[in-house]
Amino acid sequence: MTARIALKSDVLIVGAGIAGCATALQLARRGKLVTLIERDQAGIRASGVNFGGVRQNGRDLRELPIAMRARAMWDELPGLIGFDGEFRATGNLRLASDEERVAQLDRFFTAATEQGLGLVRLDRAELKARYPWLSDRPIRGVLCPSDGHANPRLVGPAFAFAAQEAGATLIEHTEILEGWYANGAFHLRAADNRTFAAPMLVNCAGAWAGKIAGWFDEPVTLAPEIPQVQVTEPLPYRIEPVLGVMGGDFYLRQTFRGNILFGSGQGRATPDALRSRPLPETMRRGAEIAIAFIPHLAHVPIIRAWTGVDGDTSDGVCVLGPSETHPGLFHAFGFNGHGFLLGPAVGAVIAELILGGKTSTDIAGLGIGRFRPARKASAAPARGQHPDEERDASPEQNGAQNADRGSIGMERNEQAAGAHQRAEHGQDR
Amino acid sequence: MAGSPARILIIGAGPAGLRAAEMLAEAGCSPILIDEAPRVGGQIYRQPPRVPGFTRTASELYGAAADRARDLFVTFDRIRQRIDYRPSSLVYDLIDNRAIVASEGKSEEIAFDAMILATGAMDRIIPAPGWTLPGVYTLGAAQIALKHQGCAIGKRIAFVGGGPLLLLAAHQYAKAGAVPAAIVLPSRFESLAAAGLRLLPMPRELSSGLLWLLDLKRRGVPVLFGHRLVKVKGAESVTGIIAERAGRQRVIACDAVALGYGLRSETQLADLAGIRFVFDAERRQWLPETDPLGRAAGRKDIYLAGDGAGILGADAAEARGRLAAHALMTDLGIAHERYRPKPDKTAVACAERLQAAMRAAFDPPADLVTAIPDETILCRCERILAGELRALAGLLGAREVNRAKSFSRIGMGRCQGRLCGHAAAEILAGKLGISLDSVGRLRGQPPIKPVIVSTVAERKA
Amino acid sequence: MSGPRLQRVADQDRRLIEITVDGWAMSAMEGDTLLVAILAQRSYLREASGEPQGEMPAAGFCLMGACQDCWVWHEDGRRVRACTTYAEPGMRIRTTWPDHLLAS
Repeated sequence: MTARIALKSDVLIVGAGIAGCATALQLARRGKLVTLIERDQAGIRASGVNFGGVRQNGRDLRELPIAMRARAMWDELPGLIGFDGEFRATGNLRLASDEERVAQLDRFFTAATEQGLGLVRLDRAELKARYPWLSDRPIRGVLCPSDGHANPRLVGPAFAFAAQEAGATLIEHTEILEGWYANGAFHLRAADNRTFAAPMLVNCAGAWAGKIAGWFDEPVTLAPEIPQVQVTEPLPYRIEPVLGVMGGDFYLRQTFRGNILFGSGQGRATPDALRSRPLPETMRRGAEIAIAFIPHLAHVPIIRAWTGVDGDTSDGVCVLGPSETHPGLFHAFGFNGHGFLLGPAVGAVIAELILGGKTSTDIAGLGIGRFRPARKASAAPARGQHPDEERDASPEQNGAQNADRGSIGMERNEQAAGAHQRAEHGQDR
Repeated sequence: MAGSPARILIIGAGPAGLRAAEMLAEAGCSPILIDEAPRVGGQIYRQPPRVPGFTRTASELYGAAADRARDLFVTFDRIRQRIDYRPSSLVYDLIDNRAIVASEGKSEEIAFDAMILATGAMDRIIPAPGWTLPGVYTLGAAQIALKHQGCAIGKRIAFVGGGPLLLLAAHQYAKAGAVPAAIVLPSRFESLAAAGLRLLPMPRELSSGLLWLLDLKRRGVPVLFGHRLVKVKGAESVTGIIAERAGRQRVIACDAVALGYGLRSETQLADLAGIRFVFDAERRQWLPETDPLGRAAGRKDIYLAGDGAGILGADAAEARGRLAAHALMTDLGIAHERYRPKPDKTAVACAERLQAAMRAAFDPPADLVTAIPDETILCRCERILAGELRALAGLLGAREVNRAKSFSRIGMGRCQGRLCGHAAAEILAGKLGISLDSVGRLRGQPPIKPVIVSTVAERKA
Repeated sequence: MSGPRLQRVADQDRRLIEITVDGWAMSAMEGDTLLVAILAQRSYLREASGEPQGEMPAAGFCLMGACQDCWVWHEDGRRVRACTTYAEPGMRIRTTWPDHLLAS
């Protein structure tokens, strides 16, 4: 453990997705020496290939405070990263087509409204009047007008670029194999044997973050989330809000240039989660649901599909905040496929914690401690993530890409992982 | 093999796929032959629809290759009842041992024990200003219009690019009464002549190439060697082209352009299947790696044949189809004693020499692509300009085509980069001053061609 | 250029069939692809149009189902690729986006 230290800095950040890059940006702007280490390329996984939903609607109430802070930051992106990310507040519409989901949606509506989130509840007739392209399937909708969507292909890299401009050092194509704490510093050893050290460490390693937490005695098991998104040829722009179908694990949006993106279900990843690819059965299921909710989509050509890789926590809510075992260590991961919205605020919150020891945002429900009782360190790479809103996935390039899936993640979680908690919190995506 | 007979899939019913099907059928294997077209033959031996009134003979359709075409069709008729032939069917995804096939508005999943990919080729396109105007077609389109539909792509047609097929197509057009406005070749006459010398051992190829040229000359068609296409003129439609040699420009009036700089392999399914790719420096393309018989690297159950595994031409495709079927049956322990691979291996080796000579004769200068003006549309689906790609070259890791695609949208449209991917890689490499292979290759994504949502949703019973 | 783009040079003794393109009756020959049927009558497959994004005028490019430049619509909204779909008697084709889609 006496390898030569390649680079000294105040803060090491593992993972150059939006969360890591936003953290690096905030810290670098405040004069910290930041080294950001990325296994592949910045913003190329979940952050870059997610569905692109920017969604507060349907969130777990524990995530709502940071979600609302994040949403405000999306309006300020030009000032933050010099680019608006193609974000537009076109609304997010969550749809329910059975009584059980209606009840869930209504509970969320009530609770989130109390927290100050602006929502509009729509019955079947109102849905038809506003959105004539919808079928009769949905019987309840909750619209969050301040939500919307953005372009993940550009937002992630733009954060990386801004962080570098602010002075952060970005080291790409560098896989970290080992980490430990010694002599008042966190040490990381890379596959090429370089070692990095700093008094502070931020774990933003996405699907692989559970393992890193394990190096510091607080492992979290993440389930792989391989959101799969299909995209159609461009159509005239008709579908304004981002759609999320409750319980169907289905999400859909139309880009301003006209392509319709929709996702439902999972692709497949290699065991190391570095590569993923779409599955034909997932594409078929997505096509079925797309037609069921927007019948005219039956005629539209799908031109491409991709997947991404994210990590899901067991309760569908992210891990954000300080370590409980090592002062100076902070975690921001497990975004369950809906971290796209949160990214900018994650950076702000972690920076506040590092610089001042506290944050103005209520992150009480997001601490890593809630997973403590579990098992011993699992050394296995966690690869799951599920996407909530936006899942990140791998780059389109890989043939494994992900898209953002905006709202989908939650539903999927509900179904697959644990219908349990979610329902209580009324947050499906 | 013990138990049920192996389920063998052949994708593509061109010369390679048909010969593979023949070998397998003769050995009693009953392969499934899947093809996008409604009739067999591939692009090279594309047949007219089976409709009264299409009366041209094989000689009229295929010229010097008529015997080959006829023999393929006769062979197909002979094995037709012994194979499971699926025309008008698109394999749009390939995963594990499953081919996902669209036909008649529905999707079907076909499992296989072994597969021969014979996916063929399409034109290599080098964009130039104006190449997206109505009236500009690929050289392949010009041939298909004539063979398949009895149509010429215009009244006065400029043939621009290279390769023996360009001369052949121009010759066929002239014979059909659509005399070309000009032949524009970036390669120099000296390269062509030097390549001709290398073809002396192959008198058939040499003489047919010469005959086509002489015939065009005799008809008064200007053949402009060493000329680059500067631009295609026109506002809403082609009105002419500007060609240039050593700073001197020539304007040629025409209402159509047939554009093609040789061929490039269609490799999307090989990519989805997880076959390993290697960079072919001669062809300047990433290709699925195979052994000499066509066994795919990285997939024990897949074989490649024909131009989809590297351009060698139609004659070699037949040989490669048989070699792949031979390898497949050898590997599966299927008896087929009568076949001796030696003549086909010789034919392939011969085709390699021929292709090398053709590349020497016709390959455009490297800077023809890298010098495409910034304002040229590079990706016609997404309408991305060459300059837009250059502007982000190198930015945040965009030294690699997929990253550049992510930033620029190049290759994200309906054709998934079939037309622009090659030029985009050349431009990216040229701008960064790095080698073509180091920028990588666009990865294939399902569906490899657009598939209607309802076709994906509906399963074939 | 406003006349036919494609020139018939062979196999012209075929049965004539009628199709409708953008509301206009057009005669085609049995065995024509939609692309050929349309371009043997006029110079473009699709005119420049506003939707979805200032489409350029188009007349197909590869004729072999690779470039995806020649997609058109049945009037009922179904999408077809003109170079690989044969014209059939009575087909009603449009070359612009059917406005009723996503509108009701």
